[in-house]
Amino acid sequence: MRSLLKLAWTLATICPLMMSAQEEPSTGQITGNVQMLFQTYQEDTLIGAQVPPSKTGFNAFGNLIYTRGDFSAGMRYESYLDPILGYPGRFRGSGIGYRYANYSKEHFEVTIGNFYEQFGSGLVLRSYEERNLGIDNAMDGFRLILRPANGVAIKSLVGKQRFDFDSRLINSPGIIRAFDGEINLNDAFERWATAGTRVTLGASFVSRFQEGSTISKDTLVLQLPQNVGCWGYRAQVQKGGFQFMGEYVRKINDPNADNGFTYREGEGILLNAGWSTKGLGINVGFKGVDNMQFRSDRNLQLFDLPVNYIPAITKQHTYNLAATLYPYATVVQGEVGWSAEVFYTIPRKSKLGGKYGTKISFQYATASSLDTTNLSGTDGSVYGYQRNSWSAGEDLYIRDINFDISRKFSKGFKAKYAFFHFDFNTLATPVTTDYKGIVNANVHVVETQVRIKKGHSLRTELQALFTGTDMKEVNGEMKEVKQDKGDWATVLLEYSVSPHWFFSVLDQYNFGNPSVDQRVHYLYGTVGRIEGAHRLSIGYGKRREGIFCIGGVCRAVPASNGFEITFTSSF
Amino acid sequence: MMIRNLTLLLALCCASVQAQEVPSIELKDLGDLTVDTRALVEAAEGPVLFCFWATWCSPCKRELNNYADLYPDWQDETGVEIVAVSIDDPRSMMRVKPYVNSVGWDYKVLLDPNKAFARAMQVNNVPHTFLVNAEGQVVWQHNNYADGDEEELYEELLKLAEE
Repeated sequence: MRSLLKLAWTLATICPLMMSAQEEPSTGQITGNVQMLFQTYQEDTLIGAQVPPSKTGFNAFGNLIYTRGDFSAGMRYESYLDPILGYPGRFRGSGIGYRYANYSKEHFEVTIGNFYEQFGSGLVLRSYEERNLGIDNAMDGFRLILRPANGVAIKSLVGKQRFDFDSRLINSPGIIRAFDGEINLNDAFERWATAGTRVTLGASFVSRFQEGSTISKDTLVLQLPQNVGCWGYRAQVQKGGFQFMGEYVRKINDPNADNGFTYREGEGILLNAGWSTKGLGINVGFKGVDNMQFRSDRNLQLFDLPVNYIPAITKQHTYNLAATLYPYATVVQGEVGWSAEVFYTIPRKSKLGGKYGTKISFQYATASSLDTTNLSGTDGSVYGYQRNSWSAGEDLYIRDINFDISRKFSKGFKAKYAFFHFDFNTLATPVTTDYKGIVNANVHVVETQVRIKKGHSLRTELQALFTGTDMKEVNGEMKEVKQDKGDWATVLLEYSVSPHWFFSVLDQYNFGNPSVDQRVHYLYGTVGRIEGAHRLSIGYGKRREGIFCIGGVCRAVPASNGFEITFTSSF
Repeated sequence: MMIRNLTLLLALCCASVQAQEVPSIELKDLGDLTVDTRALVEAAEGPVLFCFWATWCSPCKRELNNYADLYPDWQDETGVEIVAVSIDDPRSMMRVKPYVNSVGWDYKVLLDPNKAFARAMQVNNVPHTFLVNAEGQVVWQHNNYADGDEEELYEELLKLAEE
């Protein structure tokens, strides 16, 4: 199989050269990008910053894509010498971590090698890359997409998933076979063509094969299913400002490390509806997932080898204190949640809106455990529990209420105020080891932007986070004690000289830590130069231990102290 | 492995290095219509400005909100069409339309939830803005946004309009 792939790859790469020699002088186009990150580490016992044996970390990625007509091929060269702290420590060395060839015509497209794919909202299959988190579950195999008629797409793929990197790509033990069909009724059927309502329907089936024999539970010896199927149906409807998306998925019994090797089937539902018109947008969502985590290796957990993607119900925050201290990630064993969000712009030139209008947004999002009953005896060992309904269970996982208002006061001055309230269950999403239970936190942010003179602007963020208090016995007396690490303040100053320079200073201060010696300033400065698509920045200072999240997936990043140099470029 | 790598290197060396062109990728717009990115550029009457952004990216929203005030003048003077390409993934994809309508952008907005177009355009991170001429070639790009960057962009737009 490997030699066949090599041959196919070689042929696919040579073919366009041969064609170009025979048919026309053009030999195609190359584009690429580079991303490099170099960090140095100094010991800092106060913040718990460790120094790895290599004393430095270096991650780098270089992509090249060759395109000629309907053909394209690409590769990514990667280096982890040694990986920066917070990245999977097992990534080592330099080599090609991604390569593909693709041929695309009007009615079909074929890809060999690595590729990323998503069916619907990803609940049954999503291979994707979040490079900043070290997540890359690219497929490695073959994909064929057929477009037999207008509005109809049939995707099929067979492959393994990227798991590790040790100077070369290392794939999953499991094999993924997947099919997806999607039809847009308006494009496919003439009588729907002029309808005001647009409807897209889709269905997917994904199967994983992984060798396995038996597992023992109490006195039972149970057969592991070697082939596990997962499937889903979805619908999307649009009419003017109205939109609806619904997806329902199921998975057969899939004993794995996430569910304690129980044989319960998986089920999930995702609903989202929105309505918007100029100046106003409303969005509501519901999510229920029960044992729907699906991996191409049943023995792995956390970030390794997910086949599907279960989005978090909360939104991703951007302000430092709101984004990194209590970030919510989906509880993959099961959860139920809903959200509602309103965006509104008070019209410009009105009394409240001012000269340029005033933007407001409000969101409420919550997720809880499932409403379940634990099974006893043999059923308990084999199936774990039964779900009674899609109602919320006893344990709150997250309640996130946020509000912001922003206004441009003049050509040279803008301001924004944002408020966040979190009730965050650190047992469900273990973001801290200092507190077990529900942390109540309020975050206030004031952001201003001032234009100093042509091309020069100063942006400031003043942030404060206040945690709730618990009654605790201290030296024989009951006292109010701050939850977790207590209160924080952040000040950010960012001075930009458009279009080439930026300078920033960030200070995070844990002024309310219950432990006085932990009331530390984390000061970090950055200077950067931008030249079109090329960007170089140099930073120095302390980075606190925290959680870094993208798209509802989070990774813990250890505390560090030192230099960081980053360079990104596209061409 | 060695043969494969050498072959690829040979292919890349033989290819001509020229201005980056917009590839043909099919994306959905906010009305659920399928849009081919290459066809969009070919059908445009003037230059096209692709702005990669996300609902969770503050500088991206600052950039597009600032352009919104200037867009009518830019259109009159240079004929430019702004296309805002959202890389919001399934977690936030459904927030895009309500947000865009609430702030009243007059741009065409495309959804790129698994970054197929972003990868093909060599986008490392957002915001990343590409100015594309009538031939579909990238003539200017910028990876970042700070207030005032629109002045450099405006000069580039005027240069393109004069050609």
